[in-house]
Amino acid sequence: MTEPPPEETPDAPEPTTRVHLRRLLRLARPRATVGQALTGLLCLLVGFAVVTQVQANRGDTRFATARQDELVGVLDEQNSRLDRLHRDVDDLSRTKADLEKDHRGDTALNEARRRADTYGILAGTRPATGPGIALTIADPQHKVTADMLLNTLQELRDAGAEVVQVDGARVIVNSYFLDGPGGVTLDGGPLSVPYRFLAIGDPRTLTTALDIPGGVRDSLKTAGATGTVTRRDSITITAVK
Amino acid sequence: MIAVIGLAAGVVLGLILHPAVPLALQPYLPIAIVAALDALFGALRARLEGVFDEKVFVVSFVSNTVIAAVIVLLGDLIGVGSQLSTAVVVVLGIRIFANVAAIRRKLFHA
Repeated sequence: MTEPPPEETPDAPEPTTRVHLRRLLRLARPRATVGQALTGLLCLLVGFAVVTQVQANRGDTRFATARQDELVGVLDEQNSRLDRLHRDVDDLSRTKADLEKDHRGDTALNEARRRADTYGILAGTRPATGPGIALTIADPQHKVTADMLLNTLQELRDAGAEVVQVDGARVIVNSYFLDGPGGVTLDGGPLSVPYRFLAIGDPRTLTTALDIPGGVRDSLKTAGATGTVTRRDSITITAVK
Repeated sequence: MIAVIGLAAGVVLGLILHPAVPLALQPYLPIAIVAALDALFGALRARLEGVFDEKVFVVSFVSNTVIAAVIVLLGDLIGVGSQLSTAVVVVLGIRIFANVAAIRRKLFHA
């Protein structure tokens, strides 16, 4: 701001320090003027505000200092969680009521059957029906390798395909593709060109997943093969392990 | 002296009255406090340099706090409230450090 006062010189630091200390003391001497009163009042205001703010901050600061959009986000999250839990409670209490009513064990049996069906489908030991897609990979030059088919399968799985069949063979969790002398094999069985994938899952999601730029169909095209996707309302996969 | 007494009285009053910050003022009080601190340190520096003027102090104190709060209010209205309050705190913090450094040089020549 302003230049140092003229009496301050590097040669004589002692007297200037005393001058400043004296000035500080003079500052401390009370004088009854309007300006002094106002200054005191403003200082009082600062002290008051600081203490108020410190005390306000001491409580739960997570929500007190959050902005509106953050609070809305938290509220939304809590509401959807509440909905989900309510639905869970409804489901479970219905099951509980059924189980209590049921003396001959029918409900328990049905529940167990339903679960067995689900696990059977996931494990590939039961046939399944549902909407899905059929993907045909035409490969006239035999350029498609096992890892490209594996990529295709993983893309389908990521997109929510629950049941997959390739050329009449069920694909399960530990299935593998292998490059062999006579072409690609799946779990040791030979596959023939064109490769026909059947996948049960949401047809739209599955199609979108295969059509991602630089994804499955693009890389097939680069290799000289073509993948054709048809959506179907109902696909039945009968191949089992 | 009166300033120090005022400061102490304010702290004591705050501790005794235990006031709750009104909801509408909550985002602006911290900024106003930082602005007031800047004015206080500026006043101390001016006094040590021998250019202190009570009128200047009162006006700068009030305008500092009001402008800081208004900037944050404006920021809240146009959707950049948190960024603007950060900006205000940074600028005022730099000024406070500069003022304290000047005070330190005056008092201790260091």
